[in-house]
Amino acid sequence: MDILEDILQKEAKKSEKYKTTDVEKNVELELDLGNLLALDTNDLNLQELKSHKEKYLLNLARDNTQLLLNKLWDLPSERREEIVVAKLPAGTLRLPREKPCPKPKPLTKWQEYALEKGIKKKKKTNAVWDDIVQKWIPRFGYKKAELERQKDWVLEVPGNADPMEDQFAKKAEKKKEKVSKNEFQRLRNIAKAKKIKVPKEGLPTIANPSSDLLNTAAKVARVSTASLGKFQPKLPKEKTLKENVIAPKRVKRDHSKISSNDEKSSHLKIIDSILGKKPKLDIEKAVNRQVFQDQNERSEEKKTQKSKGGKKRRKTSIPSKARKGGKISKPRVGKVNTKKGKAGVGGGRKRR
Amino acid sequence: MPSLQRVQKPTTRKGKKILLAKEPKVFEDVKKKLFLTGRKASEVLRNCSKDLYKLSKPHAVILSRKNDILPFENIVPVENLCRNNDASLFFFSTTNKKRPNSLTIGRLFDGRLLDMVEFCINDYKSFDQFTASIPAETKPCLVFSGELWEQSQELAKVKSLLVDVFRGEVIDAVRLQGLEHVIMFTATNDNILMRSYQIQLKKSSTKLPRVELENLGPHIDMVLKRTKFASEDLMKRACRTPQEAKSKPKKNVSKDALGTTHGRIHMGKQKVGTIQTRKMKGLKKTAAEKRVARKSKKAN
Repeated sequence: MDILEDILQKEAKKSEKYKTTDVEKNVELELDLGNLLALDTNDLNLQELKSHKEKYLLNLARDNTQLLLNKLWDLPSERREEIVVAKLPAGTLRLPREKPCPKPKPLTKWQEYALEKGIKKKKKTNAVWDDIVQKWIPRFGYKKAELERQKDWVLEVPGNADPMEDQFAKKAEKKKEKVSKNEFQRLRNIAKAKKIKVPKEGLPTIANPSSDLLNTAAKVARVSTASLGKFQPKLPKEKTLKENVIAPKRVKRDHSKISSNDEKSSHLKIIDSILGKKPKLDIEKAVNRQVFQDQNERSEEKKTQKSKGGKKRRKTSIPSKARKGGKISKPRVGKVNTKKGKAGVGGGRKRR
Repeated sequence: MPSLQRVQKPTTRKGKKILLAKEPKVFEDVKKKLFLTGRKASEVLRNCSKDLYKLSKPHAVILSRKNDILPFENIVPVENLCRNNDASLFFFSTTNKKRPNSLTIGRLFDGRLLDMVEFCINDYKSFDQFTASIPAETKPCLVFSGELWEQSQELAKVKSLLVDVFRGEVIDAVRLQGLEHVIMFTATNDNILMRSYQIQLKKSSTKLPRVELENLGPHIDMVLKRTKFASEDLMKRACRTPQEAKSKPKKNVSKDALGTTHGRIHMGKQKVGTIQTRKMKGLKKTAAEKRVARKSKKAN
């Protein structure tokens, strides 16, 4: 009996050393362990809150945190990457999301077809071996273009094609068409996904079109007849047919019917325009440049004069206005009539 | 990479990844916070914004310029700024004679305002005034004291907002030694008191640790002023969880008291008549017996 009492006394002394982890509360705390949240609905001691505010709040926080941690210590634990963690349950407090739930994207036209037919994507290699150049040509990326050019240094003219046709241009044209077709289909898929109705042919309707758009629309409408608008009656304020032409027809010159004299004169004209070129003089620009230069020189002079401490003080009789503006007798800028600059010397540029 | 439904394609791969990161997800990341100032700033508010920014780094952005915005009159400029910075929580601080040191905390859903609450800060003590410190990005324990948090409808909504602001990342497991931060909100009749402490775990006679707290900061005494809450259906729509996020309970699986898992599988009906048993030559039907069986079948 004595031994028992001794042991019990020893244990009591041990536990006295440490402070308790129990907390007594009138009303139990509502805990949401998933969010590490505790709600204490007990009444606050308003007197103590007034008199010893910080102390009271610290003790209150300590008690509530103790209760929360006691519950957290009871949770099942597991080992993750050599750290012992406690598994938290899902949170009970329902909080709003920041963005709406993700909606599944509707399938594109190709994806629907592929699903129907059971077509699966084939994984393609990054590069293709080519025997001609003896290199791996990448299927995409920045090195493709150069190597493709090396590979296609010569293109065969197929048997049924016109021998004068440019095969390289034809290939480039085909690629352009492919790219634009792909772009068109991508935009069509986006319109389908967003449920925007797009007309099968023509441009989609716009609510408030600008005057440019309306003009373009009128022009397109005029030309959309079998005879390309040649026999369309003119609208009251419409401009003449020439200005209305959208796609001018390229006039094919019959080289066998030009006389040798005409050819000679036209060639000489070209040579004259090239060799007889005088330098284009934009007087406005030249004057402005000179004025700017003069102003800079003056300002630098002023600076050097100031720094030298008035050693060389020139008492000039030139009025300050003129000093600032440079030479007094300078031509007025901005009202020069010679517009030789662009449309001047070469005999005009409206050559077609 | 999944596709973007945009007319203008992003020119770089990096740009595409940034745009994809902004799309709605099933399990969302931490909400980003935006700190901005109104027509006039004050030292208290500046310190408050700085401290709250330090608490929420790196999921926070401070805008240093003053803006001519009044959130309770026109919230659209705030929404635009939040959209540009990809933030869904904002802290708007202004001060004027009528409302000194006012801090408006709000949250957005789908780029539009969900709810916002205006607090007037009466007393503020910053991090620097206390000696304790915690490592960055620690998830805090949140404590709400006072029966008003449950009794008052308004304060219940304010509580939801405060939890959203301070909760940080949503996690499924926590290292118990790493619980170092606790924030307590006390609601009295006049004001809301926010106190933030560092948790120190001491030895105790039981296996549970003894909790001791040290003042960490920031300590804010604030008064609740104007509020603007969301309508019932908007809140419902915002709280909706996608199907993929909902955990479906496994059917036909149960655990008994001893911890063993029992499961039920459904098998089809067994064709008892045609089970392949061991071949016993003596039980085989002779030719005569087969003839008899065939005749009786024909008669039937």
